[in-house]
Amino acid sequence: MKYNERLIQSGLLITAFSTIAILILIGVFILKEGLPVILKVGIKDFICGVNWSPIEEQFGIFPMIMGSIWITAGALLFSLPLSLACAIYLAEFSTPKIGKILKPTIELLAGIPSVVYGFMGMVILFPLIRNYLGGPGPCILAASIILGIMILPTITSISIDSLQAVPYSYREGSLALGATRWQTVKMVVLPAARSGIIAGIILGVGRAVGETMAVIMIAGNAVIIPDSILDPVRTLTTNIALEMNFATGEHRQALFATGIVLFIVIMLLNIIANLIAKRKVITK
Amino acid sequence: MASKIELNNLTFYYGNFMALKDVNMNIVGNAITALIGPSGCGKSTLLRTINRTNELIDGTRLEGKVLIDGKDIYDAQIDIIELRKKVGMVFQRPNCFPLSVYDNVAYGPVVHGTKKKAELDKIVEESLIATWLWDDLKDKLKRSALSLSLDYQQRLCIARVLAIGSEIILLDEPCSALDPITTLRIEELLVSLKENYTIVIVTHNMQQAARVSDYSGYMLLGELVEFNQTSKIFTSPKDKRTEDYITGRFG
Ligand SMILES: Nc1ncnc2c1ncn2[C@@H]1O[C@H](COP(=O)(O)OP(=O)(O)O)[C@@H](O)[C@H]1O
Ligand SMILES: [Mg+2]
Repeated sequence: MKYNERLIQSGLLITAFSTIAILILIGVFILKEGLPVILKVGIKDFICGVNWSPIEEQFGIFPMIMGSIWITAGALLFSLPLSLACAIYLAEFSTPKIGKILKPTIELLAGIPSVVYGFMGMVILFPLIRNYLGGPGPCILAASIILGIMILPTITSISIDSLQAVPYSYREGSLALGATRWQTVKMVVLPAARSGIIAGIILGVGRAVGETMAVIMIAGNAVIIPDSILDPVRTLTTNIALEMNFATGEHRQALFATGIVLFIVIMLLNIIANLIAKRKVITK
Repeated sequence: MASKIELNNLTFYYGNFMALKDVNMNIVGNAITALIGPSGCGKSTLLRTINRTNELIDGTRLEGKVLIDGKDIYDAQIDIIELRKKVGMVFQRPNCFPLSVYDNVAYGPVVHGTKKKAELDKIVEESLIATWLWDDLKDKLKRSALSLSLDYQQRLCIARVLAIGSEIILLDEPCSALDPITTLRIEELLVSLKENYTIVIVTHNMQQAARVSDYSGYMLLGELVEFNQTSKIFTSPKDKRTEDYITGRFG
């Protein structure tokens, strides 16, 4: 019995640690594949270079960086009001009955495969944009809206959790001072839940930066530095997915190098989110 | 003496559970009234009927009347926000908001529409003076209220109530999180406040009731068993159950 217990425990321990091993393995692998080309081109020229033409051995990923930034910012702009409204309503105002229906529904959104989102963007958003705003359809705007919906569950559910973690005594105190429910939420509950909500937003940003499939289908994939939300763009992730099939040699290495940039950005976002979420616990 | 608060045949239900049974009580103004009794007897429930915070709980029902200054506070005409301004409440654990000292005290006035900085400054200062916090905190107004010690936090909660111009202060076991010395300081503070306020304090600490209150009510299983001047309750209780409780044979 004792022996068995120990076996199970160490088995679990090894499994748990293997996730770290996998992370390190991925890191080492993409570093090994991608680093040489970064060193050859130079970090600055790689990141700030505006010219991406593998045939001429030009590897500047700045257009893709801009593409990722535009689409992510757009997604956030679109998603933030919606997801905060959802979270505030569900955590503070809805009856338990409505909450029981709405919360799983929002979580279900996270389970829809991204191809389906891409598909919805193509059949619903493209015609709308073509008819009302002009252009062929695939563009920053379309990708931002779809990505915004995709990150809504992440931001919403983390925000709900942090709103619900605010002690009831704050609300009670505020209401007893004659504040309305909304005043209570605005002036006490939201500030108290702020760090958790910000952590949720950062994780949402991470998701938006990393999303590939849906973006390939609706962002247009042109390697240009956009100057309007109706321009098509290519992001860091879609660049890799689009070209990896046929890339060889330095071209292939440059795609791995793009992966390094992504890896670092996502790691940083997650670390920041974790730090912020932790800070909440300390000040409570 | 005219009573500030009158409870007439007050019965209160949580769902089907009767938490208050036909309570009648006249609470005198500018005095401290204590509610004592074993845990679960309905002291907090009774307190919350006086500022209508009970109705934040689902499935509750009230019968009978609660009058403040002769007016039925459960009347449909009553503005609940005005009522909560008039009847402030201090809770068992200090529940200062995670805001600065200043913002905690200014919270009520801001919520009720005071915008001018000078006016807020004045209210904050007056409220902190009245709760004996001003000298210690006047240079720390920007500090987070949560960084203060518990008794300062509890006094800040009282200051928060004074800031909205309450006439009645309800306190629900306000010292249960505090040590004996800081408890005494809060008690002294309450005695100093009764000149201008009507105070109702719930406590399961009989010595506390004896020390601070002018009137005491003993509750048991939702009933107000006995209600009288504190000196009488503690020296010559009329009801056997009160006597048992006070002499420590029960509770
Ligand atoms: N929110 C509630 N829902 C249901 N029953 C409650 C609730 N709050 C209190 N009660 C019940 O009402 C009775 C009185 O509670 P309370 O007023 O908190 O007593 P006290 O403050 O004297 O300890 C208890 O039996 C308690 O279980
Ligand atoms: Mg109680």
